Amino acid sequence: MRATVLVRPKQGILDPQGEAVGSALGHLGFEVQDARVGKVIDLELEAADEAAARAEVEQMCERLLANPLIESYEVEIVG
Amino acid sequence: MASPQPRIGVVTYPGSQDDRDALWALAALDAEAVPVWHEERELPDLDAVVVPGGFSYGDYLRCGAIARFSPATAAVREFAEAGGLVLGICNGFQILCEAGLLPGALLRNESLRFVCRDVELTVERDDLAFTGRCTTGQRLVLPVKHGDGRYLPPPELDPAQIVLRYLDNPNGSVDGIAGVCNEAGNVLGLMPHPEHAVDPLLGSDDGALILASLVDAARERVLAAI
Repeated sequence: MRATVLVRPKQGILDPQGEAVGSALGHLGFEVQDARVGKVIDLELEAADEAAARAEVEQMCERLLANPLIESYEVEIVG
Repeated sequence: MASPQPRIGVVTYPGSQDDRDALWALAALDAEAVPVWHEERELPDLDAVVVPGGFSYGDYLRCGAIARFSPATAAVREFAEAGGLVLGICNGFQILCEAGLLPGALLRNESLRFVCRDVELTVERDDLAFTGRCTTGQRLVLPVKHGDGRYLPPPELDPAQIVLRYLDNPNGSVDGIAGVCNEAGNVLGLMPHPEHAVDPLLGSDDGALILASLVDAARERVLAAI
């Protein structure tokens, strides 16, 4: 089974990388009100079903993939 | 009786850089400096441990996130939980935060630039094993060299845990925090590098105040155990 984890800087946490990207987009003539930069982690794993895979990946996020003080995460299971 | 030489370990992870400077500085300050390899599941008999700077495990995922799972880190955790003195410098600070031995997290510098220069700090408390040779309010000059040093405390951080503050914040740390300790006060993490500043030839010897405080405190523990 495939899973994609999206890790984002939490709301309210200063994201200078996002600000730099937003400002660079402005230089290119694009108007964006806000830009935030996170990361994507693609995983392949064995699991009985989608619910089991989701539970497993959420454990991975809590224990390693995200730091809950500074990052939020979202798990997508792609069958 | 001659004053005993305390044994202070320095952990080397793959990617550690400042382990040798830390060993050298501790030996120069009259400690027996003991290298500890990251694969060691048990620490040798030690009176204090330094987790040094560098880029452990390539700093993949987040700084310190992988080093947290190393066997030596588990041994350092046991040592700290038993009341042992642990000093984390730079990447060592990041590792101790990721391991939950210190509160908070270290994020990318606000400027997005790697900073490598001397900074001025103030000592916020002098009653710890790491600051015994300092006085509260004293100014220190120490070098920093990091890209991810912006300290973010947890909302519940007790201000008494703030041990060092930047006078001229180089990385956007909240409240200028440069060093914090755990609630018990036996674990300290700081971004500046005392081990690079133990001789006036290096631009400052203020780092010796912090490391010699640790050597003093470790020696007291040896004497107390005799």
